[in-house]
Amino acid sequence: MATAPNVGMVPLVGAPAAQAEAPALLRLAGWRRPALRVLSVGLFFAAWHVATTWDVDLYVRFQNIPTPAQVLEEAVALFGSAAFYVHILASLERIWLGFAIATTLGVGMGLLIGWFRFAEDTLFPPIELFRPIPAVAWVPLSIMLWPTERSSIVFITTLGAFFPIVLNTIHGVEGIDRQLVRAATSLGAGRVAIFREVVIPGALPSIVTGLSVGMGVSWLCLISAEMISGQFGIGYFTWVAYGIVKYSQIVVGMLVIGVLGMLSSALIRLVGARCMPWLPRRVKDAT
Amino acid sequence: MRFGRDGRTVEAVRRFTLMTTPGEFVALLGPSGCGKTTVLNAVAGFVLPTVGRIVVDSEIVTQPGADRGMVFQQHSLFPWKTVLGNVEFGLKMRGVGKKERKSQAHAYLSLVGLTGFEHAYPRELSGGMQQRVGIARALVNRPRVLLMDEPFGALDAQTRLTMQELLLSVWREVRTTVLFVTHDIDEALFLADRVAVMTGRPGQIRDLVEVKLTRPRAAEIIATPAFMVLKARVLAQVREESARALSGPRP
Repeated sequence: MATAPNVGMVPLVGAPAAQAEAPALLRLAGWRRPALRVLSVGLFFAAWHVATTWDVDLYVRFQNIPTPAQVLEEAVALFGSAAFYVHILASLERIWLGFAIATTLGVGMGLLIGWFRFAEDTLFPPIELFRPIPAVAWVPLSIMLWPTERSSIVFITTLGAFFPIVLNTIHGVEGIDRQLVRAATSLGAGRVAIFREVVIPGALPSIVTGLSVGMGVSWLCLISAEMISGQFGIGYFTWVAYGIVKYSQIVVGMLVIGVLGMLSSALIRLVGARCMPWLPRRVKDAT
Repeated sequence: MRFGRDGRTVEAVRRFTLMTTPGEFVALLGPSGCGKTTVLNAVAGFVLPTVGRIVVDSEIVTQPGADRGMVFQQHSLFPWKTVLGNVEFGLKMRGVGKKERKSQAHAYLSLVGLTGFEHAYPRELSGGMQQRVGIARALVNRPRVLLMDEPFGALDAQTRLTMQELLLSVWREVRTTVLFVTHDIDEALFLADRVAVMTGRPGQIRDLVEVKLTRPRAAEIIATPAFMVLKARVLAQVREESARALSGPRP
């Protein structure tokens, strides 16, 4: 490309990257973006209020759905009562007990299966056999197998969390760069040392992912199991609220489930990140 | 040495005999696929010779060990350990106490010029710095022979030159025997006391070149006539082997 000596060239190097080719009218900056998001959520609440207050029927029926105000009122009442906390605590206990068992079994078996061919040949086929069965489908059998209601529900949550955890652990172990193992042996590491110093830390990122996913699945299983059989728990509470015509409680129950699930997952991720100081804080931080 | 599966074998190395003297720097030079890395892996103990044996200080090599430390080309530092953790790894494996480990690791890090980076993680370091950690990590165990598998191959040309000079200055201090694999003729002649020129697969030593250039060697030496003479000799052979490798395997 020949350049004429006296023509000024405008450099394109400094041009900002465009997020989308939106017309100037819709490109907002500064306070306008958060404002837009708040507006969007506000519109949702407004629509909810309108649909429920005026008993809208657009094939989807809003006649019996509680209004935002009713839900808020019910929430205040519930959080003031001790009985509600009994339900919450019951669910939390089942989740964390089930999750702890699933973690121990899942990570333990996963490490063995991923590293030792013998373990893979003996332990993996049964796991693969049961994996397609959703944990919730086990509920009737679980009721028969386990003596107490609590143990049968913990069984379901354990089952739910176990499969993501074991699979991710196996994947983590199998994904370890064999060069690192070679480096360790050429530095004098024996087999136990390799397992401790290379295999476990190497698999840790995948394990934490598995734990995170497992926690989410656990909540899903718990709520379903509680709805099908139980006398306590936030899932049970939510389901029963329908039967006793306390519809506002349904929504409060749903919200509480959502919040607890989110907090549990966030906790796992936080602890996981602490255990892996060598990873960049966010993917965006990595060059 | 033969590798094979399902009835197909590949003879990687044939009739390789090399005797090194202690403290000697030997380069294995040859085209890709000539088996030079295989020889290195055999000395390291990662593979066993199909015929013959490797002997280090009168002991036959049967498995890997810290007495034959290896520096790989890249991605061999433990990402979950800090620089210090990586360097002291070999000592930890031998049961050396924490305080002693740290002080030795510090010493070798300063030898390779990385003081101050003890608590950094490998991913935060440049390629050249990572290789320096790799060198310190192998040397801290005072190996009988330092094995280096094209350690500067993944670095840019400038860094490579710096690292070569660094290696020589470090080697001057520790004086272990070094077995250095490379396909870079300048690198081999600049660093080594002797260069073993290898044929294409199956690899054999075609020529053993004595590099009688005085030490300490500065980078400028590669422009001197003496260097050029050696290079001409080696270059002709390497080119011949590369051409032969391209046209087909030896019978």
